[in-house]
Amino acid sequence: MTFIQFAFYFFASVLIFAATMVVTIRNPVKAALFLVLAFFSAACVWLTLEAEFLAIVLVLVYVGAVMVLFLFVVMMLDINLTRLREGFGEYLPIGGLIAILMVLELAIVLNSGGFSEEQFPRPEGHPETYSNTKELGRLLYTFYVYPFELAAIILLVAIIAAISLTLRKRPDTKYLNPADQVTVRKSDRLRVVKMPAEKNEPQP
Amino acid sequence: METIYLAIPLSCLVGSIAAGLFGRFLGRVGAHRVTIAGVAISFVLSTVVFVDVMRGNLFNGTVYTWAISGGVPFEIGFLIDELTAMMIVVVTFVSFMVHIYTIGYMQDDPGYQRFFSYIALFTFAMLMLVMSNNFLQLFFGWEAVGLVSYLLIGFWYQRESAIAANLKAFLVNRVGDFGFLLGIAAILYVFGSLDYATVFEAAPGAASATVADTETLWITVICLLLFLGAMGKSAQVPLHVWLPDSMEGPTPISALIHAATMVTAGIFMVARMSPLFEFSDTALNVVLVIGSLTAFFMALIGLVQNDIKRVVAYSTLSQLGYMTVALGASAYAAGIFHLGTHAFFKALLFLAAGSVIIALHHQQDMRYMGGLKRVMPITWVTAIIGTLALIGFPGFSGFFSKDAIIEAVHYSEQPAAGFAYVALTLGTLITAFYSWRLIFLTFHGKPRMSEHDFEHAKESPWVVTLPLILLAIPSVVIGWMYVQPLLFGDFFGDSIKVLPEHDTLAKIGAHYDHGGSVAWQMLTHGLTALPVILTLVGTALAYFMYIQRPDLPGKIASTFSGLYRVLMNKYGFDEFNEFVFARGARKIGSFFWRKGDESVIDGFMVNGTARVVGWFSSVVRHIQTGYVYHYAFAMIIGLFVFMTWFLSS
Amino acid sequence: MIPLTHYLILGAILFSISMVGIFLNRKNVVILLMAIELLLLAVNVNFVAFSHYLQDTAGQVFVFFILTVAAAESAIGLAILIVLFRNRRSINVEDLDALKG
Repeated sequence: MTFIQFAFYFFASVLIFAATMVVTIRNPVKAALFLVLAFFSAACVWLTLEAEFLAIVLVLVYVGAVMVLFLFVVMMLDINLTRLREGFGEYLPIGGLIAILMVLELAIVLNSGGFSEEQFPRPEGHPETYSNTKELGRLLYTFYVYPFELAAIILLVAIIAAISLTLRKRPDTKYLNPADQVTVRKSDRLRVVKMPAEKNEPQP
Repeated sequence: METIYLAIPLSCLVGSIAAGLFGRFLGRVGAHRVTIAGVAISFVLSTVVFVDVMRGNLFNGTVYTWAISGGVPFEIGFLIDELTAMMIVVVTFVSFMVHIYTIGYMQDDPGYQRFFSYIALFTFAMLMLVMSNNFLQLFFGWEAVGLVSYLLIGFWYQRESAIAANLKAFLVNRVGDFGFLLGIAAILYVFGSLDYATVFEAAPGAASATVADTETLWITVICLLLFLGAMGKSAQVPLHVWLPDSMEGPTPISALIHAATMVTAGIFMVARMSPLFEFSDTALNVVLVIGSLTAFFMALIGLVQNDIKRVVAYSTLSQLGYMTVALGASAYAAGIFHLGTHAFFKALLFLAAGSVIIALHHQQDMRYMGGLKRVMPITWVTAIIGTLALIGFPGFSGFFSKDAIIEAVHYSEQPAAGFAYVALTLGTLITAFYSWRLIFLTFHGKPRMSEHDFEHAKESPWVVTLPLILLAIPSVVIGWMYVQPLLFGDFFGDSIKVLPEHDTLAKIGAHYDHGGSVAWQMLTHGLTALPVILTLVGTALAYFMYIQRPDLPGKIASTFSGLYRVLMNKYGFDEFNEFVFARGARKIGSFFWRKGDESVIDGFMVNGTARVVGWFSSVVRHIQTGYVYHYAFAMIIGLFVFMTWFLSS
Repeated sequence: MIPLTHYLILGAILFSISMVGIFLNRKNVVILLMAIELLLLAVNVNFVAFSHYLQDTAGQVFVFFILTVAAAESAIGLAILIVLFRNRRSINVEDLDALKG
């Protein structure tokens, strides 16, 4: 058993365990943490497939950003945990049955010989000078440049959408529009009122 | 020449539009001037065309193509030959006379302009009908004259009886027109063309074509369907019921439309279709039987009518029967000749009746007339001339045409000809009797109206009497003038086609071929023949019963009360139609309404669809819970099912 | 060495687990969103595995895009969640039946 094999089976087991915990644990905070573990293990599994760039992106982007976002949200919301637990296992039998049947069916398909080692032999590893990042970058910026731009737009849309969804004006905050401040004119601020001078007429 | 052909119908149309749409501005005098001017132009041009055709200038051409559908052109075109030329002269002349007469007759009517517009429109439609060179235009004219007839029967639209009568006329004509339209469709199907010339040319070749696998000949089917149309328009048994009721319309209309011109459209059409009818003996025999039934039995009803206009109406029916018989006997020329003479003398009789009606302030019942010959001499004389012509008194126009028909039937070899001969011959007796009865009851004997009415009765104004005189002239002379060329000469040239073995007129012609005037020979021969003898007997009988012994008719009526009642009820055609067709149609209608419309269409299809949708959605709505995870489950289970399906297959 | 099937079966198991997660967590939208992230991860595992065994980098590009979309999706999903909580004071899925109409 080589190191790579060991690493694969180890991280695969951790991944499955963490995923199981994510869906079964009651506490959303713990679930988020297990999700972090799951993504981390997945990143390690991907390393055994020589997808180094994606593995590190998964850790950085998902573990570092998305999962933290999840944690924030979970903690920010005042969730009634006792209510969330009601009726937890109601659909477990049917869900479990379908899941097991699906895994079995997939296993049958996968073991039918179509994906055997003869057909898909594990390729030789790349030489040490090979850079996965460089290779991906070359593809992304040449052949897939338009989808890449589209992905950027999607992210932009997501940013705008998230902000506009959650943005709200509170009526009780003191708020000044900077644009109004900049464009203010003298006449808006100051009003000269003509008043005739009053004289005290001497009493006769 | 083409411009003249076009101008003949269009001048009437212009007059009609002017009087109809701008009658208010034109005023009463303006309205009749413009329409009469239109018809006068038509008449003059028709005469020009007639003379031109006599010189041998025929015309057959398209003026305007309306549409081309499926390779079949729908055209407006004129076929000007001898038949058309004769028809347009007769139509425009009678129409012209009636226009003038109307000035007097409708004097006080509030619908004066409307009336002139209608009759001018009628003249236009009738001219389009007779001048047509294709079936589409024929049908247009056919329907247009029907429409104007409808409008004019119901001219006094505030009278309930007039409304009933025009509705009846329209519905009965619908039956005929339906057959006619089917006939035209059959022609289009068999010949692939609506053009007369094309169809007639192909007719001999298509004479033996049969319908699908049956023995029925196409030509027979076509002819019978076309004749059904003619039966409706020309009021043949059993579609005659509308004509007597159409007397609800003003008298000029009865004269123009329901005696002289429109009702003869059927006769004209069959004569025009002679190249088709000649090839179907079945159709000719049907025509013979229907015609003789009409001629005889309608004359019988005329015996017992008391309304002066109705008597003339039944005599019209009977005379139309004579014309139809002539067609059946392949004596088309005789039929058309009788059509022409009948147009003159029947218009004359109607207008004379109208003159009497004006004098008696719209009293139409002959039982309250009598003794009018002294106060209305012109009407009396012209009415007697009309009557003599109608009964076929030797020398008058009716004699030549009617005698020719009877002789033609006599010589015809069709199986139904024997029956037709008997019916027509007996018909002359009855015709003479009821015609003289009308004259005697109206003009002779003691006045039976009130003193007051009699004192106020006076001869009608010149606009009424002038047409009477002008119509009386051709009623006398036209027979002398045209019997030889029309019947035995080749007046009609190629416009009427008769197979040699059917050519009854030629056989008669051979009979008279002794040299000298044919008319004179007919006259001398006619004096000894059965029809004339029967006519004289009928005249004598009428004289005896209504002048010598005025008490007799009542006694006879009460003695034969059963027969009398049958005749008074017009053989129960109206009742039969009312019970069987009208009530049956209502029953069928209400059946389809209840079952078809309410249960099937509304209940099952319309509401049923809505109810199925409602039921289905009430079931399906339980699936729509609104919970997102249910939709997610559905997706997952669907995915699973798909996977399983792919795996198993 | 590790055959391709093992990676694929890993993906299948991951997929099924997250599916069961969707069935189980009918109360908590946050965990539903996490389960969806796991589903996408399972798909990504397959992509990367095929990419490696077929020596085709396009698979990894695809994963890249899926990650992008998934990140955007979770960001918007969480934003919706916050708006929802603000309006309803609950993230219980069973309270969300407005789709019923």
